[in-house]
Amino acid sequence: MTGDAEPDALELRGVTRVHGSGATTVRALAGVSLRVRRGELLGVMGPSGSGKSTLLQLAGGLDEPTEGTVVVAGVDLGAQSRAGRAALRRRHIGYVFQDFNLIPSLTAVENVALPRELDGVRTRQARRDAVAALHEVGIDDVMDRFPDELSGGQRQRVAIARALVGSRRLLLADEPTGALDSHAGEAVLKLIRARCDAGAAGVLVTHEARHAAWADRIVFLRDGTIVDDTGAPPTVDSLLEGAS
Amino acid sequence: MDTEYAYSVSMSVRYGLLALLGREPMHGYQLRAEFERSTGMTWPLNIGQVYTTLSRLNRDGLAEETGQDEEPGRVVYRITDAGLVELTKWFATPVAPVDHPRDELAIKVALALQTPGVDVGAVLQTQRTATLRKLRELTRLKTEADDSDDAWQLVLDLMIFRTESEARWLDHSETRLARASRTTPRSAPQPAADTPKAAKR
Repeated sequence: MTGDAEPDALELRGVTRVHGSGATTVRALAGVSLRVRRGELLGVMGPSGSGKSTLLQLAGGLDEPTEGTVVVAGVDLGAQSRAGRAALRRRHIGYVFQDFNLIPSLTAVENVALPRELDGVRTRQARRDAVAALHEVGIDDVMDRFPDELSGGQRQRVAIARALVGSRRLLLADEPTGALDSHAGEAVLKLIRARCDAGAAGVLVTHEARHAAWADRIVFLRDGTIVDDTGAPPTVDSLLEGAS
Repeated sequence: MDTEYAYSVSMSVRYGLLALLGREPMHGYQLRAEFERSTGMTWPLNIGQVYTTLSRLNRDGLAEETGQDEEPGRVVYRITDAGLVELTKWFATPVAPVDHPRDELAIKVALALQTPGVDVGAVLQTQRTATLRKLRELTRLKTEADDSDDAWQLVLDLMIFRTESEARWLDHSETRLARASRTTPRSAPQPAADTPKAAKR
């Protein structure tokens, strides 16, 4: 849409993931193709066992497909060494889970700075990046607190800041509102939406339609395949094209 | 539109206008603007509907003309004591659940199940795509809405929760039918089906 040659944040091409072999073979994912552009939030719905979490793990390079290709920021994950994949993960991909996954002995700002430091960024710069990321999610005022001194909603904000710190632009969220009440949960979804509007790309896995509805596009998985797809929302351009 | 649904809509407008007149006297165009503003433009009113409703409220003694018209042709109305009593009663009475707009879906799915050659799964999926799209549009409105506008936020939330409940019902139906199709072959009366086939061979 912007006309630049920026690669998609994420692309899955004919991705299949088979667990086990012989009689116990389970096809967790079967020939799934999809793209997520920068600025776009994709919602992934489906019952348990439909392949939602497998999709997220493959997208994040935590698991490898049996067939097909996963491309993150223009780089084919399958063509990378283990170390190369890990570096790509640290630089481009952030996760947000239901249970926040913050390190209890580190403060909020230290939690957010950690992936930068692991990536070889100097401590002072990593901290600056972390402060900027916390500012973007609106909680730089509590950055020196430890996770157990924060509310659930604040902890999830820290996790989102960590997921998008530095150059990270792909946010993979697995039921990010699961442990929160409806008001705090909505605030988290609103924040993920806002970060995507500001240029990040997101994949939001949830079994709740009301949460998936924050996405631009929702796909529905059943038995490892996409059975429903809302498509992208109509834009002024697409409406005008439709009219001509 | 069926008559009962139409009735409930006209009642919403009647009591909506009465509630606005309960705040201060207003003329028709003000009432329309205020009604649309308080409900976040969910139910756009035409001015004819407003004046028809006002004349009925007048006839029923719930509202009356103030005689102080702002401009020629813009009659200002105020609520009467009887109107205030009626309004208090309205706020204290639960709304009868009206689910008529959804009934077509229930009928469609019920008949799809019993009509040979109709793929119920496809009916449910097509509906879910539409329902999810609607849910997404409502959520989009919520993002764009002023966060401090409680009235509009709550109206949107109601529509979101109702749409979500339809999506949940579609999921539930699909899961139930998937389970049924797995268990039916085993629990179906086998001998009756087998005997004629065996006889043919």
